[in-house]
Amino acid sequence: MLARLLTSGVIAGFAAGLAAAILQIMLVQPVLLTAELYESGQAVFEGGRAPAELVGGIEPLRDGLSVVFSGLVYAGYALVLTAAMAFAADRGAARIDGRTGLVWGLAGFVTVQLAPALGLPPELPGMGAADLGARQAWWAATIVATGAGCALLGFGRSWLAWGAAVILFAAPHVAGAPQPEAFVGPAPPELASLFAARALGVGLVAWAILGALAGSLWARDRVALGHASA
Amino acid sequence: MSEQTTTRSEAPAASATGAVLLAALMGIGLIVLGGHVQADALHDAAHDVRHATGFPCH
Repeated sequence: MLARLLTSGVIAGFAAGLAAAILQIMLVQPVLLTAELYESGQAVFEGGRAPAELVGGIEPLRDGLSVVFSGLVYAGYALVLTAAMAFAADRGAARIDGRTGLVWGLAGFVTVQLAPALGLPPELPGMGAADLGARQAWWAATIVATGAGCALLGFGRSWLAWGAAVILFAAPHVAGAPQPEAFVGPAPPELASLFAARALGVGLVAWAILGALAGSLWARDRVALGHASA
Repeated sequence: MSEQTTTRSEAPAASATGAVLLAALMGIGLIVLGGHVQADALHDAAHDVRHATGFPCH
């Protein structure tokens, strides 16, 4: 069981992480590198005007590390997702395959990227932000609440469960994410909105791949085991 | 589906739950390592991914 979980999770995670890294390097990295010019003072958004150009280019070491860490983070997500799938499947609560895996992946995206982004949008370098520890705590609590909400929404069988799901979805945002004391971002707002939108878009694609792949690998293993034990 | 579960010669329910917990814990470990630990070397290496994946960074 553990070996199946680990192989499904790690393969799906690294594949999704690789896809996320490639998209990140193509779409998000130029925005990030441009923002770093404003963060370091090499470029100045003076008088509310700046050239509408993104810097580009591949940096082998930096981008290589992004591929490695993207793989690690998505492998982590994939292990948790696959464990949750196995937990539900073993109780007969869910049928897991590539199609249903896609729904699990979308729920994962909502849980770990979209919901936290409502309070703490993906940070352009140089943006103002509250204390790191407080933000990490809110981020983790939001993920736990949203994940539990998704589970209640998906597996609940009563209005009580669905109502509790809505409360769990809303609670972190009613409490509110830790916010900076002042808006101090040195970069043009166009960069910040492009960064946040692209970061979320890349996350959606990566999670769709992650869910569909984790689901179909899990289903394939199950079939293979079924034949083996027959 | 449930038939397959009951006829599998594999692990009994208790160890299946253990495997689920262990896999989830390993996953959370990777997420914390990649996304949250602030040791300088780790932070710098994971920097771009943390920003692009929406982790609180810095």
